[in-house]
Amino acid sequence: MPPDPVARNAILVAEDIIVRFDTPEGPLTAVDNVSFEVRQGEFLSVIGPSGCGKSTLFNVIGGLLSSHEGIVSVAGETISGPHKSIGMVFQEESTFPWRTVTDNVAFPLELVGMSKAKRVERARHFISLVGLDGFENRYPGELSGGMRQRVSLARTLACEPSILLMDEPFAALDEQTRLLLGDKVLQIQQQLKQTTLLITHNITEAVQMSDRILVMTYRPGKLKRVVEINLPRPRTSEIVGSETFGRYVAQIWNDLREEANRGMRDEEQNALRQEEQAL
Amino acid sequence: MTTADTPLVASDRDSVARLVGFGTFVASLLVTEAVIRIGWLNRFIVPPPSEIVASFGRLFTEEHIAYRFFFTAGECLIAGIMVTICGIAIGVLMQRYKLLQRSCETWVAAFASAPLVLTYPLFMVIFGRNAWTIIMMGFLSALPPVILKTIEGISGTRKVLVNVGRSFNLTATQQFWKILFPAALPTIFVGIRLGLIFALINVVGTEFLINFGGLGQLINDLAERYDLAGTYAAICFVILVSVLFFMALEKAERWLRPVD
Repeated sequence: MPPDPVARNAILVAEDIIVRFDTPEGPLTAVDNVSFEVRQGEFLSVIGPSGCGKSTLFNVIGGLLSSHEGIVSVAGETISGPHKSIGMVFQEESTFPWRTVTDNVAFPLELVGMSKAKRVERARHFISLVGLDGFENRYPGELSGGMRQRVSLARTLACEPSILLMDEPFAALDEQTRLLLGDKVLQIQQQLKQTTLLITHNITEAVQMSDRILVMTYRPGKLKRVVEINLPRPRTSEIVGSETFGRYVAQIWNDLREEANRGMRDEEQNALRQEEQAL
Repeated sequence: MTTADTPLVASDRDSVARLVGFGTFVASLLVTEAVIRIGWLNRFIVPPPSEIVASFGRLFTEEHIAYRFFFTAGECLIAGIMVTICGIAIGVLMQRYKLLQRSCETWVAAFASAPLVLTYPLFMVIFGRNAWTIIMMGFLSALPPVILKTIEGISGTRKVLVNVGRSFNLTATQQFWKILFPAALPTIFVGIRLGLIFALINVVGTEFLINFGGLGQLINDLAERYDLAGTYAAICFVILVSVLFFMALEKAERWLRPVD
């Protein structure tokens, strides 16, 4: 591998990221010395069990968490806060309930002072891209959970970020909607050649969409393995039935099972400790 | 399934409830009328409902209740505008500066339940016996709920919405006007609705106490003249105005609140 990230076509580089939190039980290392890079046009997923620091890593890369060690750089520029090149899609429902779908999607365009006519036109383009034609004038409260997440995705895409950063965007959705939305994201990613970093705990979702998957350990979150997914593109959710897909899922689950077990034991011990303290 | 088994749909149930409510009201009026006419209830304490209804006409022609209504409405409007501007501004400041919030929130909450109408002599001394005393009484009583609900609304903004703003690099001013304030608006409006109701009660009450202004003074005048039918009719008019006012505010609040 060439030593220079630029030579490796890396657009996002995270180097030696360490995040510690102060808790009542003492300092807790959530993320421990994590380094990776995302290449231009690549779909990279970070997968790990609950409590492995995935969302913390999302906040670090998105610039929402500044109290960390290590460096995050975008196209060679070190960042210390939210960066215009990174568009974020959050796990929780994040549409603005007081704005219509069009106004939600046009929100970032409004911030840069684009004229109303132009931003409505652009917003409609991205609404159409996520398949919400006909819902332009609806309010989020009139839409399903999956549709609201598509509005959030369209809003993020509307500012045309170089890197799309998503934190378990389909976690609250049912399996069928999740697979279909996965198809939609893949289609958009392929259409826009969008560099994407997905944080997830869902193995199927990660294998379905990714070029590479970073598997993380349970607390403290470290990189355990990098899995290259050599499945043909363009992909759809139909690929989940293939034998190769199954092999990837099994391989990643083997890595994760041990970590998930460790997490479960840790949570049980914590619960017992709290119970003893309460007594 | 027979007709008798058919369950009532919601709109039918609403109609029946409205009918029963109206029927109960008319029945209670008829019973009161009968009890007074028989002599079981002294008509010099409670006039017969028929006399109260008959007095409504003279309230308009002789007592100029319409003018008095607009006088009271004007006082409420001024108090309402003042409380909306000051209440929201104070609430925002208290939410922004935590020291201010920690030191003053309990006091503001205590003021919300205090009988502030008793402070009217103080305002009489400051402003004199005029509309400003009444407006200030309305304003003061309406202030606590607006402040408290503004704090609650802004503090209750979901963290993810704030993070969306941060991810788009919003300045503190943009974050407030584009996210925090619109997210808090439905809760703030609950405070304004409560505040305006408190203002109306205190405006009419102070008018009555200082014998000045609109509807409150009219009730005071009629009571002084021992015109019981007129007094009760004027009280009914104030209650009717309050109910309509409350319903209009509720409608406005529903219109403001986005679909959940």
